[in-house]
Amino acid sequence: MARKVLTLAEIRDGSLRNVSFEAIAAAKTIADGGEVVAALVGESVQSYADELIYRGADRVVVVENEKLKNYTPDGFGQALMAVVDAEKPEGIVFGHTALGKDLSPKIATKLNSGLISDVISVEQTGGNFVFTRPIYSGKAFEKKIATDGLIFVTVRPNNIPALERDESRTGNVSSLSVDIKDLRTIVKEIVRKTAEGVDLSEAKVIVAGGRGVKSAEGFEPLKELANVLGGAVGASRGACDAGYCDYSLQIGQTGKVVTPDLYIACGISGAIQHLAGMSNSKVIVAINKDPEANIFKVADYGIVGDLFEVVPLLTEEFKKLKVHS
Amino acid sequence: MNIFVLMKRTFDTEEKIVINNGQVSEDGAEFIINPYDEYAIEEAIQVRDKHGGEITVVTVGNEDAEKELRTALAMGCDKAVLINVEDDVEESDQYTTAKILAEYLKDKNPDLILAGNVAIDGGSGQVGPRVAELLGIPYVTTITKLDIDGGKVMVVRDVEGDEEIIETSLPLLVTAQQGLNEPRYPSLPGIMKAKKKPLEELELDDLDLEEDDVEAKTKTIEIFLPPKKESGKILQGELADQVKELVSLLHTEAKVI
Ligand SMILES: Cc1cc2nc3c(=O)[nH]c(=O)nc-3n(C[C@H](O)[C@H](O)[C@H](O)COP(=O)(O)OP(=O)(O)OC[C@H]3O[C@@H](n4cnc5c(N)ncnc54)[C@H](O)[C@@H]3O)c2cc1C
Repeated sequence: MARKVLTLAEIRDGSLRNVSFEAIAAAKTIADGGEVVAALVGESVQSYADELIYRGADRVVVVENEKLKNYTPDGFGQALMAVVDAEKPEGIVFGHTALGKDLSPKIATKLNSGLISDVISVEQTGGNFVFTRPIYSGKAFEKKIATDGLIFVTVRPNNIPALERDESRTGNVSSLSVDIKDLRTIVKEIVRKTAEGVDLSEAKVIVAGGRGVKSAEGFEPLKELANVLGGAVGASRGACDAGYCDYSLQIGQTGKVVTPDLYIACGISGAIQHLAGMSNSKVIVAINKDPEANIFKVADYGIVGDLFEVVPLLTEEFKKLKVHS
Repeated sequence: MNIFVLMKRTFDTEEKIVINNGQVSEDGAEFIINPYDEYAIEEAIQVRDKHGGEITVVTVGNEDAEKELRTALAMGCDKAVLINVEDDVEESDQYTTAKILAEYLKDKNPDLILAGNVAIDGGSGQVGPRVAELLGIPYVTTITKLDIDGGKVMVVRDVEGDEEIIETSLPLLVTAQQGLNEPRYPSLPGIMKAKKKPLEELELDDLDLEEDDVEAKTKTIEIFLPPKKESGKILQGELADQVKELVSLLHTEAKVI
C-alpha cells in the first residue's frame, strides 16, 4: 500500500548528514511507491533542498525561521508539527542522532503514536514493515512492527544504504512559514569538543585506541593511519579516563555506538562495555600485545604485537595500496 | 523542591544473553538499576541536599523491582513508588510506560524530574521526553551538568561529544548522561534506613487507567541473537609480513579497503 512518508533532514558543519540520505532510503521502502517528503528546518537552509531531491526525496518542505538557528525541542517540534499538519504523512523517519533521539519521542507523543527507535534494517513481509533493532547493547536483536496507524522510526547511522545520488532527479521545493514561539529551553552557547571532519558515528573506517596507547602523543600514529584511510579516530573509555583523549571519542555502552565498515582496535582489551559500541562493525581488526585479550574474540583479523610497531607499518602498507589502486 | 526520579530495573548486560521460547531468559540473571538512572538518582540527591525538598523514585514494573527501589532509598531517596503492572499489562512499549508515569505524575506538581537518557536493555531512550511532553513541561536530554539557581536552570547537554549550554526553568525534566556525577554506593546506615522508608505500591486502577488506555503501539515479533561469528584469523609470522597480509586480506577478502 503506497503511503506518504516524511523525513527530517539534518545539517552538521555546513553539510547534510549522511544519515539524512539513509533516512530517505528507508522512507522510500516504507512509502512502498508513495511519496517521500523531506522536511528541512533551520535558520537559512533552502540551499540544501536540491541535494535532498538528488538523494531520493520526491519533495522538500523548507521551514526557515531565525528562532530555528539552534536545535531546541520546542522550536523544531513546532516546525515539524506544522509540516506534519500540512502533509499528514503515514510514516516518519528520522536519523537516530542526538537531534533525532531528542525530538522523535516528542513528536510521537504529540501524534499519540508509537516509535521504533535505532532501526538497522527494514524489510517487508506480508503487509507489514518489519524493523530490526539492537537490544541489550547489541548482544541481541528484536524485530518490531507498528501496530497502530503511523509508522514512526529512527534509523541508526551507517546501516541502511543511501540511494545513489542522481542529479537528474527533480522535485518540488516549497516553503512553509511557521510562527515559532515560547521556546522554553535556550541554547546559550555551543562548545565544540569534537574535531571538524569525519563524524565518528558516520565514519566508514575507525581507528580506535585504548589504554595501550599510553599517552596523548601515543594517539599520533593512530591519527596518521586514520588519515590515510579517510577515517576517524575513536577510543575506549580506558583511554579517555587516562586523559589520553577527549571523552567525545569514547566508543561503547556509555559512549558512541558505531558500525563502520572497518574498525581497527589498537591496545584495547575488549571489555564488554566497549564491545557494546562496536561489535556490529562489519570488519574488526585487533592489534594487541596480549594474545589472550578478549578483543580477539570479536576480531575478524588479529595481529599479536606492539601497536607502536604495527600501526606505522600498516600506515605505510595502506599508503602503497592507495598509490597502486 | 519536589523531585522525582524515573527508574528502571534492567538486566545487567554484562550477562550472557540466552533466548528461550523467543524471550530473553531471565533465569539466574543479575538485575540492576539501569546505570543511567543511577546518575539520575545521584543528581537528585545532590540537588535535594543543596536546595532542600524530597525525592520520590518511581518505577513501572513488577514486585521484583522492590529490590532496586530499596537500593535507591538506601542511596538517599526519600520515598519509592512501584506501579505494578504485572496483572494488567501484557504487551507494553515506551508509549505504555510513559503514559502510566505521566498519569501518576500529573497531579504531583513536580519541580524537577530526572531519568536516565536510555535503558541499557531496550535502548530506546524515549520515556523521559515522552513523559515531559505528556506533562507539558520542557526537557533536556543527555545532560552532564545541572545548576539550579532559584527558578533559573543552567544545563550542559552532551550532543554527540559537543556541549550545549542551555538555559531553562523549572518545572523541568532532564535525562542523565555519563559524566553527570559519580553515583554513590549505598552506605550501611543508608541500607538500614531504607528499610523504614515508605514504598507505595499502585496499580493501573489507582491511576484511573484501563488496560486499553495504555495499549502498546508497537509489537516485538521476534528476538534473536547475532549470528555466531566465526573465530577470527590471528596472523602469524614476521610482523612486517603479517601487516602485508592484513592489508591484502582487507583489500581482497573482506573488501573494505
Ligand atoms: C558502567 C560502565 C560503563 C562503561 N562504558 C564503557 C564504554 O562506553 N566504552 C569503553 O570502552 N569502556 C567502558 N567501560 C569500561 C570498560 O569496562 C573497560 O574498563 C575499558 O573499556 C578498558 O579500556 P581499555 O581496553 O583501553 O584498557 P585495558 O583494559 O587496560 O586494556 C589495554 C589493552 O592494551 C593492550 N596493550 C598495552 N600496551 C600495548 C601495546 N604497546 N601494543 C598493543 N597492545 C597493548 C593490553 O594488552 C590490554 O589488552 C565501562 C565500564 C562500566 C562499569
